[in-house]
Amino acid sequence: MVRSLLVRGMLAGLAAGVAAFAFAFLVGEPQVQAAIEFQERRAARAGEPAAVEVYSRDVQRTIGLLTASIALGVGFGGLLALVFAYAYGRVGIAGARSTAAALAVVAFATLTLVPFTKYPANPPAVGDPATIDERTLLSFAMIAIAALALLAAVRARARLAARLGAWDATVVAGGVFVAVIAVAQLILPAMDAAPPGFPADVLYRFRLASLGISATLWLVIGLAFGAAAERLLAQQRGSRSRRSLRVTGREEDPAAGR
Amino acid sequence: MSEVLAEQRAVAAGPLVTPRELLPYAIFAGVLLSMLIFFAGAEEGAAALVGGGAVHELVHDGRHLLGFPCH
Repeated sequence: MVRSLLVRGMLAGLAAGVAAFAFAFLVGEPQVQAAIEFQERRAARAGEPAAVEVYSRDVQRTIGLLTASIALGVGFGGLLALVFAYAYGRVGIAGARSTAAALAVVAFATLTLVPFTKYPANPPAVGDPATIDERTLLSFAMIAIAALALLAAVRARARLAARLGAWDATVVAGGVFVAVIAVAQLILPAMDAAPPGFPADVLYRFRLASLGISATLWLVIGLAFGAAAERLLAQQRGSRSRRSLRVTGREEDPAAGR
Repeated sequence: MSEVLAEQRAVAAGPLVTPRELLPYAIFAGVLLSMLIFFAGAEEGAAALVGGGAVHELVHDGRHLLGFPCH
């Protein structure tokens, strides 16, 4: 069962990677290009030599972008499938499709949206190369904190549900999540790195495109994996009731196995 | 017969797998998929396993657009 789910999660991630690539190519690449042109103008004014190209821009914006999108899609899709395998039937949501969709929305919010409010995506030329170690560490730390805050909220909800009821327990759990994120974001240092003269509109459009790419990725993972998991579980139920029909030799209640 | 049906309904509605069944998959695939995300998101930025810049330059645009610090 886990194997079948994992395969479907990775395939959903592959499809999501292709969809995210299409969105990124159409909406994000013009902003990357504008940022690179700013970078080149700045380098030319400073009299710096042009950067050595390992891959051409055409390779970077097609094959390279597709490779990164698919790698991330397959990785996230597989991880979502594993979380689904554990969460299905345990989180109080009926149905494979709604469980998968809910997990994808929560994953997008926790792994992308919340960290983005502290350390948003940056185009080329934004961000001091000397601080790359620090920025990478902080950005992954923010993602880890958001994931841990989510786990704390889920546990708090499970503990409080019996005493407060489902709605109030969820509200309190949401408060726990927001509080942990707020404290972390107040403590962690700001990393402002837009160079003087960088066009604000390009930065805004780049960041909006970045959110759109991640939303596309998670949306397609959630919907495609949900549909595949629903079919898989229906097949399993079908083969189980056929087996029991052979054993008992009697017609079954059609509601069985629902 | 009715007990059998009741049991089947419970099985169909309940959890799919036990934690024990899931654990080896979770560790193996979790490590592998994390590596995949690392190569797309962070290789040759702050940390380098391969080195040389080939991975970084190839996934350069994706890294920026997918929200990872690149350089």
